[in-house]
Formats: sequence, structure tokens, C-alpha cells
Amino acid sequence: MKGSKPKAKAKSVLPGFGISMGFTIFYLCLIVIIPLSAVFIKTSGMTLPQFWETITNPRVLASYRVSFLTAFAAALINVVFGLLVAWVLVRYRFPGKKLVDSLIDLPFALPTAVAGIALTAIYAPNGWVGSLLQPLGIKIAFTPLGITIALVFIGLPFVVRTVQPVLQDLEKDTEEAAVMLGAYRLRTFTRVILPDLIPPLLTGFAMAFARGLGEFGSVVFISGNMPLKTEIAPLLIMTKLEQYDYMGATAIALVMLVIAFIMLLIINMLQWWSGRRTIAG
Amino acid sequence: MAGAVTAHLDHTAAQRPQHINESGLVRIILITIALLFLALVVVLPLVTIFMEAFKKGVDVYVASVTEPYALSALKLTLLTAVIAVPLNTLFGVAAAWAITKFRFRGKNILITLIDLPFAISPVIAGLIFVLLFGAQGFFGPWLDERGIQIIFALPGIVLATIFVTFPFVAREIIPLMQAQGTQEEEAAASLGARGWQIFWRVTLPNIKWGLLYGIILCNARAMGEFGAVSVVSGHIRGQTNTLPLHVEILYNEYQFSASFAVASLLLLLAVLTLVAKSIIEWKAEKIKS
Amino acid sequence: MKQKLMFSSRILTVALAFTLALTGCGSGSGNSGGGTTGTSEGTSQQEKATPEKEAKKPVKLLNVSYDPTRELYDQYNKAFAAHWKAETGQDVTIEQSHGGSGKQGRSVIDGLKADVVTLALGYDIDALVGPGLLDDQWQKQFEHNSSPYTSTIVFLVRKGNPKGIKDWNDLIKDGVEVITPNPKTSGGARWNYLAAWGYALKQNSNDEEKAKEFVKELFKHVPVLDSGARGATTTFVERKLGDVLLAWENEALLSLKEFGDDEFEIVTPSISILAEPPVAVVDKIVDERGTREVAEAYLQYLYSEEGQDIAGKNFYRPILPAVAEKYKDQFKEVELLQIDKDFQGWKAAQEKHFNDGGTFDQIYTPGS
Repeated sequence: MKGSKPKAKAKSVLPGFGISMGFTIFYLCLIVIIPLSAVFIKTSGMTLPQFWETITNPRVLASYRVSFLTAFAAALINVVFGLLVAWVLVRYRFPGKKLVDSLIDLPFALPTAVAGIALTAIYAPNGWVGSLLQPLGIKIAFTPLGITIALVFIGLPFVVRTVQPVLQDLEKDTEEAAVMLGAYRLRTFTRVILPDLIPPLLTGFAMAFARGLGEFGSVVFISGNMPLKTEIAPLLIMTKLEQYDYMGATAIALVMLVIAFIMLLIINMLQWWSGRRTIAG
Repeated sequence: MAGAVTAHLDHTAAQRPQHINESGLVRIILITIALLFLALVVVLPLVTIFMEAFKKGVDVYVASVTEPYALSALKLTLLTAVIAVPLNTLFGVAAAWAITKFRFRGKNILITLIDLPFAISPVIAGLIFVLLFGAQGFFGPWLDERGIQIIFALPGIVLATIFVTFPFVAREIIPLMQAQGTQEEEAAASLGARGWQIFWRVTLPNIKWGLLYGIILCNARAMGEFGAVSVVSGHIRGQTNTLPLHVEILYNEYQFSASFAVASLLLLLAVLTLVAKSIIEWKAEKIKS
Repeated sequence: MKQKLMFSSRILTVALAFTLALTGCGSGSGNSGGGTTGTSEGTSQQEKATPEKEAKKPVKLLNVSYDPTRELYDQYNKAFAAHWKAETGQDVTIEQSHGGSGKQGRSVIDGLKADVVTLALGYDIDALVGPGLLDDQWQKQFEHNSSPYTSTIVFLVRKGNPKGIKDWNDLIKDGVEVITPNPKTSGGARWNYLAAWGYALKQNSNDEEKAKEFVKELFKHVPVLDSGARGATTTFVERKLGDVLLAWENEALLSLKEFGDDEFEIVTPSISILAEPPVAVVDKIVDERGTREVAEAYLQYLYSEEGQDIAGKNFYRPILPAVAEKYKDQFKEVELLQIDKDFQGWKAAQEKHFNDGGTFDQIYTPGS
């Protein structure tokens, strides 16, 4: 592929590469890379065994588990319902649709702490929904389920907003063809539509998941913060800081940072690949 | 029937022929499930906020959003957004131009680095600036000697906000520009158009909706950010308190109604921007047709 | 290849140009930075510019405090400002910052320009000694261990005390749920923990293993660990979770006032702990800003009759006998453990109980 790259493409006729790339890299370094490298530098003050002991402490491991499982579950829920919401918004008409469409973005605007307080008020045992579920023996607030709900709230826009444009651009022709060939709706969906939606769904999933891993403000209110059960990794970072243990805090932060980076890299490769594919097609 | 407001979105649905659409019953079921889900996860919390905000009457609501501390918090929040959003917009456009119009190696890594702030816990986002500019940080002593205060002052709050909202604009327009390819720009260039001309005349009209949407999201998040700003603010009343922090303070003072009132103010700000977007979109649609 | 080299050199040039531009701006604003960045610098420059008004220049103080003192300092600041104005003719504005005690201590270490700190426990002020913000004798600067008011730990229960809770050992009865914040993140919760520990030690003739068992059992009855004292109160009061809230006495009394005493009542256990929230002048900052005199007066005035009265009004135990007499109906007599006598000071207590691997962590070790 490298060899076949035509020279004209490599030397684009478009101007502005130097200035746009230069500014991008400069700004990226200033805001993201230099500050983040502080985490690495601070952690390098630890010896390797110290570092290892900090990040594999049973409570820390338990908190990774809580963070991962709840973020994963929330992202999964968001994929299913996010797809449904996007589908309904793109394909069907119903009164108040525009309003519903705008609602999707509000979780971005609400301070996470407020979201946490509001969700706790609703899902606590004496809240509107919590009190209905209490007799059934279902507890939401102060359990991993509560954390999951908070993360669903936080992550929903990511899935809906990545799926929506792709769904909108889907060619009707392929669907038509499938119908002509006698396929039923469900079959058309799984065989024709879904494959095209998988890349954006993956992206949405990964963004919601990544965001959920780091979420703090909304979760502390609804989680109950019980060690080993509902204690999330960002809370442990806070706890370390309260003890004036900067190195311990940055060590856990570093682990989460690396995980986030690897995850995002995988998604971006997927997305770039899918983007190319649609252009080529 | 659906009216002019929904006309834009309904464009595709209206033209969809019967045989590649679901039956009426299936449609109703799907719409119901989707709306129920949204009601439970998104609408209910929002309703709670407004109900709590007005629990003690309109007077308390008005008093809590016009109180001097709330106003100074509002001013700080707006000021922060006014600095952070344009910078991130400029960056987003530059990054999207470089990434989508040219080929170079390590593109995926670059995009991933741009995305990284999405995935970083706000706690860490605040912490990194403390590590850099705090009194015990790498640049702390140097700054201290010169009497420059970054953390626990406006610059720190702005930096943390920029960091958290860093990817929004870029993320919104990169896929768009990627899908559009480079043909139009190349054609313009071959006709002798210059760099800025190409951008203003060809690229910008193509991406303006995505760009606008990115700016709106960036702005919403900039005003609503809590975690990262909380770490670098110092919580000095009337000085370094943003609206989200003011919400927390009021809540901790058991002034629940006032706290939700201020929170609803943030929501209203976000809704305002969304309404503005809809109006612009609708007008543009009208002009076109 | 050559093309690529050219690209990268161009990128480098542009990036470099931006960097230069920025450092240029940076040093430019550095010179004038005092005027625009920190408010403190702003005022100090103004002060220098108008020496003829030296005697009456308005002054600002920043008091960095913990969560439950909001109402107290809100009133006290007004009182002190009036007192200082009458005494010296100078206007003084006191800015407040509140938050978790540990977080606030850390902010001061990281450069929050606090003239005075008024935190939940001595340990958080001790932490300021290391970075050279104040010297290690700070607790001797003001009377009474630099603690102008004290408090203790009590139980807040629901009206009528349906679970019949009278003392610490009732907390570990079957079916009793206890709400307390996390001692690792909340200063108040550390007092809670130590009070429970002290009670168990006395009950079991100083057998540490028994005490450990008691607190372990106690925390099995805790369904939610909030990160701060105010969060725990909200959980108990608003979410109606739990049967007992372990709280500062002043927070418990404030809850009765805020939420009505027809819903809750206070139970004072047989033994509790003398909670001393200390105050200190941050030497490095006041010397830098030239606010030592007013900062010291500010803290000293807490010991005056008026200061003590405000403390009493806000449910803190005054130490001035005359004022304490006035509020004596508000506070029950109780045997109080002391941090220095019974726990060998905060440093030892922190290391033994709350640091990583301490007795609190041992409660939450998997498989135990």
C-alpha cells in the first residue's frame, strides 16, 4: 500500500498543512500531553515494587472491577437503547420528536454532581422509582445497579449521536434490493442494516464505556461508596489524595490512563477503517 | 400535520415507502419503548430538578438565582466558556483540516490523543494541573516567585475546562470532513483559489452544521463541568466558584431548593443554545427550499 | 521522503513560532500578572500605590475551613468585621472556602492563599508544616490547643428512638443500620471511628483485638459510606436511610433546627470523644501578604465573649466558662476521651488507624 501511494496524493494540492498541523500539535502538547506527562513523572518517583503493590492492592483491584463492570453494562445498555432511540428519531414521525431529539444532549450540559443528586433522589428507597421497586426487593441506589444507571445517563448521548448520522445516510437502495429478493424486515435489518451500523455502534459503545470508567461526580452520590462493593477507581484516587499520598493517587491514575488510551486507539482504528470503507463503497 | 418544526427531521421518514418500513404496530411499540427509556433515564432526573427548584415557590427560585454569589458564579462560568470554547473551536478546525485533508503516518495516534480527555476521569484532569502549577508542582516555585497564580484562580479553572472540553469540536467535524473527502477543495484549488478562500467558500459551508453542533456541545460541557474544576478552584465564595460548584455549596448548606434552582439555570442555558441551533437550522432549511 | 522531511520541518517551525508567541505573552502577563490573576496581589499592589491611606486600607482575609462551619463563620465574619472596624477603623472582608477537611488542607499545600485555616482536626494542619507554611509549634499559638470551640460525637436517631439506641453497643444489635462517612475522606468520620474505638477499649479493659472486632462489627452495619459529613447527613435525613447517624454534636443539633425536632432526636452515648477543631495562622502567607496582625486578631477574637457566643449559637461547645454556662442546657455532660491523652496525638492515631493498611483498612480486607 505504501508503495502504491500515488505521488500526487502524498503531495496534496491543498494548502495549510503546516499551519494547521503545527497549531494542532502545539495546542495538543500544551493542553493534553504536557499536563498528562506530569502523571508519568510523578509516578516515576516510586519504585517498581511500590508501584505494583499500589495498583494490585485488593481494594484497588476491586474498584477496577466495579468501574469496569458497571461501565461495561452501562455502555451495553446504551448500545441497545441508544440504537433504538436513534432509529426511532431518524425513521419514524411522532409528535414532539424535535423536543425529544434535543433532550438527548442535556446530559452533557448538566453538572455531573447534579445528575447524581437527582438520580439518587429518584432511585433511593424513598424516591419515586425506588419506593415502587422496594417492595419487590429491588434496590437501585447504593448498589452497582445505581452506578450503572448514572453511567447510562452520562453515556447515552455518545451512542445516539454517533449512530444517528450513519442511520440517516444509509442508502435506501440496498434495503430495496433486499426486499425485492424477498427478505423479511427482521432479516433485512440483521443482514443489511446492522452490518453498516456496527462501526458507529462500536464507537458509541467505546466512548460511553471510556467516559463511564472515569466518571466521578454523579457516581459518588448514588454508589454508597462501600469498599470492595461499590467503590469506584476514581474515588480511590480521591481517597489517596485526602491522605496526602500523591504518588499512590497518580499510580492508579496512570493505570486508568493507559487503559483509556489503548481502548480509544482500538476504537479509532475501527472507526477510521469503517470511514474508509464507506467512502470506498 | 407534524408541522413546520419537525419538517427537517422528518425528511427521510416521510419519503420512506411502505415496503421498507415497519408495520404500524411495530413502529408504535418501538417508539413507546424508546420514549419510556428516555423518560426513565433522562426526563425524570430533569423533572426532579425543576420540581425541587420550585418546591418552595417562585420567590425562593428567583431569590436564589439573583443572589450576588450566584451571579458572580454565573459570570465566572460564562467567562470561562467564552475563553475555552473559541480556543477549542479554533483547534478543532485546525486539527480536522490537517487530519482529513492530508495523509501522514500516526494519524490514529493523533486522533486518539485528541480523544483522550473524554476518557480521563475529571479527578485526574484536575490533578494534572495541580501537579504542574500547584505550589508543590513542577512549575510551582517558579510561578510563586513571580507572583503568578494559576491554580485556585481563573487561569486554572479555564485550563481545566479547556482540557475537559478539548475533543468536542474536533470529534464532531472530523468524521464529517472525512466523509466529504477532498475533491471539492482540490477542484477549488485547481481553479486558483487560495487557502483561506477554499476554507471559507468550500469547506465551511459543508461543515457548518457539524461545527455549530460541536460548539454547542463544547459550550454545554464547559459550563457544566464539575469534577475537574472542583479540584483546581479552591472554592472561594464569590471569587473562584463556578455555577456547578455553587450548586454543590448550596446543597451542602441544606438549601436544596436553591441548589436545584441554580442547577436548572444551567439547564436553561443549555436549552437556550439548543433552541438557537434549531432556529438557525430551520431558517436555513427554509431559505434552501 | 524529502517531502515528508519538509513537512515535518514546517510543522516544527509553526509549533516553535506558537511557543515563542506564547512565552512572549506569558512573560508579558507575568509582569502585569499581579494585577489580573490572584485578587490578593491585586489588593497588595493597590496598597503600595496609595501609601497615604496606609492606616485605613481595606484588607482581605481568606479563611479556609471545613464543611460544618459554614453557618458559624458566616455570622462570625460579620461580627469580627464590625469589631475590627470599631477597633482600628480598617475595613476587613473575609472570604470563605469550605470543603472536606483533608481536601482543604491539600489545597492550601498546593497554593491556595489562605491567611488562616480552621479545619476539622489537627492532623490536617500538621500536614502544612512539612511544606513550610507554618511551624510545628502552631498548636501552642492560641490557648486551649488552638481550639476556640469544641464538639463531640453523638447519635442522631429517628423520633421516638424506635430501635432503642442508648449507647455504642446498641449500634451492633441485629437490624440496626448506622450511617457514618468514610474515615479516609472525612475528618468528622475519624472522630466517629476513634470514639467507637475508645469505647470498645474501655469496655474490654484495653484489649485491642476486642476493639478491632467491635469496630469491624460496627462497620458491617454501615450500608452507605459517604465521602463527607454533610453527605452522610443528607443520606440519613433526606434519603431516610439507616437508624442512627454518627455525627458531630453541632451537626446533629443543626439538623434538628433545619429539619425539625419532630423527626429526629439526639442520643448521647456514655463515652464520646472531645473533638477539637483547631485554628491556625498560615505564617508563610500572612508574612507574604502583610496580613499577620489582622489574621491573628481574627483568630484571637474567637476566644472573646462575642466569638464564643456565636460558637455556642451555632452549637459548638464554648470554652469560655461564662458563655459555656449560658449554653449548658444545650450540651449534655458526657465522659470525653482526648486525642492526645488516649490516642497519643493525631499523628499516631492517623498512622495506626487510617493510613493504608491501618485498622480501618483491615475491616475491608477481602476474605476476612
